[in-house]
Amino acid sequence: MSQNTMNLKVKVWRQKNANAQGAFVTYDVAGISDEMSFLEMMDILNERLITEGGDPVAFDHDCREGICGMCSMYINGKPHGPWQANTTCQLHMRAFKDGETIVIEPWRANSFPIVKDLTVDRSAFDRIIQAGGYISLNTGNAVDGNSIPIEKQNADDAFAAAMCIGCGACVAACKNSSAMLFLSAKVSHLALLPQGAPERKSRVLNMVAQMDKEGFGSCTNTGACEATCPKEISIANIARLNSEYLGASLSAQ
Amino acid sequence: MTFKQMFTSSVGKKLVMAFTGIFLVLFLVVHAGLNACIWAMDGGVMFNKAAHFMGSFIVPRILEIGLFLGIFLHIIQGYMLTLENRSKRKVGYEVNYSKGSKWYSRSMAILGTILLMFFVIHWKHFWVPSRITGVEEMDLGNGFIVHNLYGVMQDTFQNVWVVIFYVIACISLGYHLAHGFQSAFKTIGVHNKRYHAMINTIGFGFAIIIPLAFALMPISFYLHWVN
Repeated sequence: MSQNTMNLKVKVWRQKNANAQGAFVTYDVAGISDEMSFLEMMDILNERLITEGGDPVAFDHDCREGICGMCSMYINGKPHGPWQANTTCQLHMRAFKDGETIVIEPWRANSFPIVKDLTVDRSAFDRIIQAGGYISLNTGNAVDGNSIPIEKQNADDAFAAAMCIGCGACVAACKNSSAMLFLSAKVSHLALLPQGAPERKSRVLNMVAQMDKEGFGSCTNTGACEATCPKEISIANIARLNSEYLGASLSAQ
Repeated sequence: MTFKQMFTSSVGKKLVMAFTGIFLVLFLVVHAGLNACIWAMDGGVMFNKAAHFMGSFIVPRILEIGLFLGIFLHIIQGYMLTLENRSKRKVGYEVNYSKGSKWYSRSMAILGTILLMFFVIHWKHFWVPSRITGVEEMDLGNGFIVHNLYGVMQDTFQNVWVVIFYVIACISLGYHLAHGFQSAFKTIGVHNKRYHAMINTIGFGFAIIIPLAFALMPISFYLHWVN
């Protein structure tokens, strides 16, 4: 299979730190193979910037296998770029045409302040998880995984919700900067399992309270989050979260 | 957890929108049903009787108070949520993401504003004369005298601009309902896949049939389909 090389223009948001004024800077990137990943293209740009004595573009990445949720980047007007059900690290340069200008922006939301360039602080998600996205159990020997019967449909739905990697694309895509798809995935996957039952009510109430404290917007069910989610988390989880919240807040003491 | 906490959280504020929205959807059914009496082809007798019942009987009058409360709560909460949600992203994007959602789902506040402008004019056309300034009366025999609101409709809908404005408002209502109907049920927690599909279908049908019925009313008078 022959490789095609392309010359591109990359228009990147550059911002020194959280308080600095940012601006777009356009770079020419030449000789990019269409088999490279998007982050490899960014690596090539950064190596050149370092060689030239410049400041490389800061961006988050870790596993580069599409499972860790670290990579972000809002590419040509869509979180994680043009492909469906895909993370930025799994996006390949064949998605672009020779001579194209690619616009790369950080996740934009007040709750995700910019650290530098394309890197944003997503610790708000960690604090939402700390508020209730866990189960409590006694330590000791591990219990046999199959000793608790779980209905197949619930197991499947819980697993589908647990696919969420917490990347924040839902917040970036939402016109309201709402974190409801993330929160609903985390609440759903525990609400559907017997292990999550003891803390079911306090979980949803505490996590919603923390989400509001972090300053995310509210959900208007537009579906932009679901359309851009790299793990295709269903918006039906948001309706489940609403049901959990309504039930828990009406029955709370 | 107090009720205040419940209804002022981000999820709770949406519950207020959903509950008032569903209440207003029910009102639309009643309003469209009663107004359909104009097509009885009896010179407005049945319509005026229905309007008289709504205006003089205690139950609809009490419900009317609830209706006004519901409408104002929906409007005020809607605007507050829109402003609040917009404030959550101080720096916007260079390239906006618009493919993942329908334009009307992102434009509920604009569609709602058109509807608010419509309500003001609509109230001025019918509610204010009927309740405050007075309407010409119609004698249905045996001393049964009713407001001739049918006649008011006939007069109002002779102006083509009024008819066009009403039709635009009905189109806005259709798109507002196309998103709002199913969204309201998701907000109150309907997450069963079977019901989801059912509500989407009913919502879509409702968003076409009800605004179409309303739009046909001024058109019927303007084109003299009814006498």
